[in-house]
Amino acid sequence: MSEIITVNLKIWRQEGPEKSGCFEEYTQKITTEASFLEMIDLLNEDLNNQGLEPVAIESDCREGICGTCGVMINGQAHGPRKATTTCQLHMREFSDGDEIVIEPFRAISFPVIRDLVVDRSPFDQIIESGGYISVNTGAASDANLTPVPKEAADQAFDAAACIGCGACVAACPNSAAQLFTSAKLAHMASLPQGQPERWKRTETMVETMEEFFGSCTNHGECHEACPKEINLDFIAFMNRDYMKAKVKNRALSGQR
Amino acid sequence: MATNSKTVLDSRVPSGPLEQKWENHKFSMNLVNPNNKRKFDVIVVGTGLAGASAAASLGELGYKVKAFTFHDSPRRAHSIAAQGGINAAKNYKNDGDSVYRLFYDTIKGGDYRSREANVHRLAEVSTNIIDQATAQGVPFAREYGGLLDNRSFGGAQVSRTFYARGQTGQQLLLGAYSAMMRQVASGNVELHTRAELLDVVTKDGQACGIVTRDLISGEVIAHSAHAVVLATGGYGNVYFLSTNAMMSNVTAAWRAHRRGAFFANPCYTQIHPTCIPASDDFQSKLTLMSESLRNDGRIWVPEAFDDSRPAHEIPENERDYYLETRYPAFGNLVPRDVASRNAKNVVDQGHGVGPLKNGVYLDFSAAVGRDGHDAISAKYGNLFDMYESITGENPYEVPMRIYPAIHYTMGGVWVDYNLMTTIPGLYAIGEANFSDHGANRLGASALMQGLADGYFVLPYTIGDGLADQLGEPAVSTDDPVFTDAVSAIEDETAKWLSINGTRSVDYFHRELGRLVWDHIGMSRNKEGLEKAVSEIGALKEEFYNDVRVLGSADTLNLSLEKAGRVSDFFELAELMAHDALERKESCGGHFREEHQTIEGEAQRDDDNFAHVAAWEWNGKDALQTRHVEKLDFENVTPTQRSYK
Repeated sequence: MSEIITVNLKIWRQEGPEKSGCFEEYTQKITTEASFLEMIDLLNEDLNNQGLEPVAIESDCREGICGTCGVMINGQAHGPRKATTTCQLHMREFSDGDEIVIEPFRAISFPVIRDLVVDRSPFDQIIESGGYISVNTGAASDANLTPVPKEAADQAFDAAACIGCGACVAACPNSAAQLFTSAKLAHMASLPQGQPERWKRTETMVETMEEFFGSCTNHGECHEACPKEINLDFIAFMNRDYMKAKVKNRALSGQR
Repeated sequence: MATNSKTVLDSRVPSGPLEQKWENHKFSMNLVNPNNKRKFDVIVVGTGLAGASAAASLGELGYKVKAFTFHDSPRRAHSIAAQGGINAAKNYKNDGDSVYRLFYDTIKGGDYRSREANVHRLAEVSTNIIDQATAQGVPFAREYGGLLDNRSFGGAQVSRTFYARGQTGQQLLLGAYSAMMRQVASGNVELHTRAELLDVVTKDGQACGIVTRDLISGEVIAHSAHAVVLATGGYGNVYFLSTNAMMSNVTAAWRAHRRGAFFANPCYTQIHPTCIPASDDFQSKLTLMSESLRNDGRIWVPEAFDDSRPAHEIPENERDYYLETRYPAFGNLVPRDVASRNAKNVVDQGHGVGPLKNGVYLDFSAAVGRDGHDAISAKYGNLFDMYESITGENPYEVPMRIYPAIHYTMGGVWVDYNLMTTIPGLYAIGEANFSDHGANRLGASALMQGLADGYFVLPYTIGDGLADQLGEPAVSTDDPVFTDAVSAIEDETAKWLSINGTRSVDYFHRELGRLVWDHIGMSRNKEGLEKAVSEIGALKEEFYNDVRVLGSADTLNLSLEKAGRVSDFFELAELMAHDALERKESCGGHFREEHQTIEGEAQRDDDNFAHVAAWEWNGKDALQTRHVEKLDFENVTPTQRSYK
């Protein structure tokens, strides 16, 4: 049943990418039925009424699927509840008098834009470098011409469930993006449609990822933080494919 | 009141038999030679299913595309939240589906308020969409033999819905997004993120570009092109509480409207029957539970009034399975508007369930008993998880509580058969246009229409308009039409910051939403609509004088962004009320209480209202002019819809 609780918030405020930031403290009364972001909405309404600038925080679908939201809550990406985005977190996870520390996703490659908003555009650059199957509109054959074993389709879906929120990077002590990149690669490599470009795609996406992000040292924090519980095995899958790709791509380019 | 015009809009539907119209039209349209396509700049605004698929396809053809999204990444567009599926007339189930049946179901489901030719074309290309998406690697659900699986959906008696667990929208969007990113890599698509359209620019009556605001730096920038495509979604957020994403808005479509694009059927809004009821006053949005749940869930309310017993204590003979009783043939699978109005009726009569008595039950106990926990979990697992994380209740054990909420808007920018608006060179696709769903959209048809427009219709029709412009450069952004538009937007931004009133933008949005929901919501009447017109107008004045937007224009400023969007919602809401007043009939999502059958069903007036109402902007404080496009039914005879 719902109750009213009071929480003490410590929120990171930073006016812009080049400005220095600091924690500000606020107190907020809230019903436990409310979502975490509705609690911030109320805080912002109060700040606005007092003539103080609201906290910049991003969210869009508030259904846990668009990947727009995402902050560190008490040091955990998306907060304490497993397999839950920030927008799906509810105040029933907290108790009266709790201190809640709210920070932006922290990673060198995700610079802060303002307060809790960061720039995650390197993810788009990884996709641009090869995260697609090259098929022009109109060139596809009948969808049932190529049967795909249910197990393969299910594995592809498990990987494709990634919402690109960046929690994996924020949770990683190395700010590595292996879980994001491997999910996209495994999605396509699991399907027959993804085979023709598999080796080229693996090499370019891994190397683009390395331009921006740190290296993976198998901490597994990414999986723990992932709201879609993307499996760590995909990273092993990617590493194996990357080694193979190095050999195969040389062979494909005529070098032995 | 509005002024009525006798102008008849020309839909440019080609002549000939229904089945051959699109084929013949493709042949008769002007083409742009492959080598000349690179000489044309095309702006695509919005990167959801319609926008991303259009940008990808136009880039593949060789056009120079500039794609704009106000999100940080194109993949965030709200198409991503669609859960249930996408229709296609593949007839893989051998249950009698066909292009004609999908066409027929869509016309009937839309309550005979859409264009036959457009809908038939949509049904024709539906099959190509599934082929295209599968080739892109979209992981649709499959059977053990490796072939694609289908399920049935509201408003249809065949299984034609393709799905990817409960994430069909996300998977299709990732397909279109990846296809577009491939064109970004090739250099044919130039991607602009965090850029919001604030004006459409025309010169000599022809669309020549747009003005955007960079949401990070605040810079107002002009972009020119030979054609502009709006793929900016629907306006459900005018209700404040809807299943739309927080940022979804009408601004791009509305600014185009103010530049001369007619806005059609704004009163056609769709209520989705299966959403989670609101739990408190400051609820920020409503969450949809896929309509596919109605395949296995049984909808009921307690027969007794104000019954506070938990569901499991209410015996079978004291439950009212009202849809199954009233509509034996379709049962829980009646179309959305029928399901929604029935839920409203039983709740209004005092049979509502839940702490606020604002829902009805959707019960899976029979399905779990019949198919087992695992089978239900495989179909709906992620939806059940989502429900539990929001409500704290486990739907395997207690029935879900659901209630209708605003979900989709059938109205939008008027377009002709080529998807061109009344401004030459300006196109609208996907939910942003008014076209194919008539007065009510069938489940799993939004994804179909967005992708049909983007992949298979616009890339052909846009060439017809561009072919005439060969050799003409795009208008320079130094031209006064652009510089004037830029300074007007800069002034507007400064204006919001200077009002310095007492209330937040959200406060006004919430109040506006309440008015629109109360008077232009699930059912409407003359008195309520007239009240809406005056109260919305008064609140709008208060908004202009008393809103408080803090901060500056040259940084990320979320309240400032929202002020402009809410201001456009105010103008739209007024037009919705006028449109609903003028449409003196009930059809689909537009239910006028004065016009219903004895059984309480929507009663159309085909003699007077078998038309599209398209509104023309006449200036800020002037009444808009209502134009009419007559709808001809040459193939399907309109009947009173019956799902009994």
